[in-house]
Amino acid sequence: MFKSLIFIAGLLLASQSAQAALNVLACEPEWAALTEELAGDKARVTSATTAFQDPHHVQARPSLIARARNADLLVCTGAELEIGWLPLLQRQSGNARLQSGLPGSFEAAQHVALLEKPSRLDRAQGDIHPDGNPHLISDPRNLLKVAVALTQRLAELDPANAAYYAARNHDFQKRMGLAIARWEKQAAGLRGVAVVVHHKNWVYLADWLGLSIVADLEPKPGIDPSVSFLSSLLEHQKARPARMILHAAYQSPKPGEWLAEHAGIPTVELPYTVGGSPAAHDLFGLYEDTVMKLKEAMK
Amino acid sequence: MFKPTLFAAALAAVLPMPALAVSDADIAALRGEFEQKLKDLQAVYEARLQEMEGRLAKSNEGVNAARATADPAVPAPANGNAFNPEISLILQGGYVNRKAGTRLPTGYLQDAAITAPSRGFSLNDTELVVAANIDPYFRGSTNIVLHDDQASIEEAWFQSLSLDHGFTLKGGRYISGIGYQNEQHPHAWDFVDNNLMYQTLFGEHLVQDGLQLKWLAPSDTFVEFGAEVGNGAAFPGSAVDRNGAGDWAAYVHVGDDLGNSQSWRAGLSYLSARPLDRASLVTDTAGIAANTRFSGSSNTWIADFVWKWAPEGNPKDRNFKFQSEFFQRDEGGDLLNDVKTGGYHGKQTGYYAQGVWQFMPSWRAGLRYDRLNHGGIDYGTNNATLLPAAYDPTKWSLMTDFSPSEFSQFRLQWARDHAMSGNPDDKQLSLQYIYSLGPHGAHNF
Repeated sequence: MFKSLIFIAGLLLASQSAQAALNVLACEPEWAALTEELAGDKARVTSATTAFQDPHHVQARPSLIARARNADLLVCTGAELEIGWLPLLQRQSGNARLQSGLPGSFEAAQHVALLEKPSRLDRAQGDIHPDGNPHLISDPRNLLKVAVALTQRLAELDPANAAYYAARNHDFQKRMGLAIARWEKQAAGLRGVAVVVHHKNWVYLADWLGLSIVADLEPKPGIDPSVSFLSSLLEHQKARPARMILHAAYQSPKPGEWLAEHAGIPTVELPYTVGGSPAAHDLFGLYEDTVMKLKEAMK
Repeated sequence: MFKPTLFAAALAAVLPMPALAVSDADIAALRGEFEQKLKDLQAVYEARLQEMEGRLAKSNEGVNAARATADPAVPAPANGNAFNPEISLILQGGYVNRKAGTRLPTGYLQDAAITAPSRGFSLNDTELVVAANIDPYFRGSTNIVLHDDQASIEEAWFQSLSLDHGFTLKGGRYISGIGYQNEQHPHAWDFVDNNLMYQTLFGEHLVQDGLQLKWLAPSDTFVEFGAEVGNGAAFPGSAVDRNGAGDWAAYVHVGDDLGNSQSWRAGLSYLSARPLDRASLVTDTAGIAANTRFSGSSNTWIADFVWKWAPEGNPKDRNFKFQSEFFQRDEGGDLLNDVKTGGYHGKQTGYYAQGVWQFMPSWRAGLRYDRLNHGGIDYGTNNATLLPAAYDPTKWSLMTDFSPSEFSQFRLQWARDHAMSGNPDDKQLSLQYIYSLGPHGAHNF
């Protein structure tokens, strides 16, 4: 009975294989944007989350399960960023193509050298990720590496358009490479600038632009800042003054504003991903806006 | 660093003197070879030096900055642990202040296994969950509930991963997909205790030994159909030694988003069981709990609805969840009371509705109302001793909880329990802790 079910499923699969465009479900807006850059009109792309949602805390909503049901490819960050909801989409969608390890499941973190790989796994350290910090999107140089791997994956799933994807990747690499050089030049004055962050999602940005992270509003990753902890940061600020406080569009500005007010430094809301600010309408706008907002805060 | 010229001179001195007859060209060739070797040596030394400098720099960077210098295109090798099953442990317990004794809602045939809830300090279910993908085709999971003197297998199932086309097959012992709250483990409940509806229908929740097939329609709206066959050993069925299925269930769930901030799911489920000599405690006219045995058919409809709201769909700081379920249970057959067997027919309804509001990070408050309608009960010839009660059990519960992190939760609950006719008002105060250790799996919507 089970075998015949598989057989019927196989027949159905064979009959449907002649499909027009790849159906891609991206876990976060940045991967939707990157897939669109590489696949153009050869893919129908939607994002499971918006820039105003914390990718750690998304629920496996019925609508997401329904979208996973019809997807040919999942493009996600990986490194356990989506551990609270992505496994449910994979298991409940009844879609064999999206299971981990298959071509239909793409994880960006596998193609980038992750920072902050913990030497000790202990929840007393907060909500840490064993594979390293998954917020790799804040460094555009990572994007170039992910784009190469994603192009290969698109070609694997849709060999007929392999040359098309390769050409678009070539073009993207060129434009993004030039843009990165321009942003690095513009952000030269940010090297060594001390910043306070809200959660560890700016580690890669700091690594890219040479910012120096001197404190985190969260006492431990994933633990909300308390008043007493913020007060201790204020003391810290006197000893090692920071120039600004960074938080993502999806995070509450309140803890940062409290510290900003008491320490007399500005808070900067960065888009973090595509759609996080009006200017961050695509990947280029995202980093452009990030660099501009950082420079503005320096004035 | 050594000087190349010095090195060359030393080498030249060591080398045997060339014969006088050698031509200038030969000397030039030799010198070329010489210099090439020299360069090679230098390159090796430079590389070694650089490597050593690199190592030094790296060790200075400390743990945080330790960055993989390997080709990032090659995924880091998974460590040996990665293949082990995900193991997690749930610790629960608390303190309850309430009246003594069992408080079964009046007028309902219920699972005889429901015991009096403990008072004072107590340890609640300790759950051990072990789960893993078995191979590319199946996932397996088990949930073992540990008590003082026994361990019970709450769940032990396999689930298909590769059926595709929206199909998922589950088999073994699993929590039935009927209703909404049914699939939630007690540690995922929003209140300390179960609602009266689920307690009355299933004891805790319906667990099946059998097979479940689900199919998700290929539409953008979530439409899921499910069908189950089981041995029907769990209430409202009973353990019967027979071939074939003891119960079957079918359900449909529909859900979607409304903009970015709202999402919902609604469902309709049907469960049909054939219990034989199913034990229930019924309070008789003298106020004494009488042991009854029911044989016949038990059919239940459940309608469920859940609606969630979070600003921009980000539940981190604030969110609201409303859930409500309604049931109708129709049971007909024979009821044995003491030694007298009579006909029995009961058609009863009930519902609960609850709202939980997270008003700031880590803090939530919730209100729940439970109600069972006595409906029509006919004990047949037993009507003389088992007077059908004209009483509608209700209960109000108010709770607040605090979660220092995703893995710990403390809850305070105040309830007015009017489930029992004749002893209607039980004021219950509960304190509860829930801890989750290990890689705790994601929760359903």
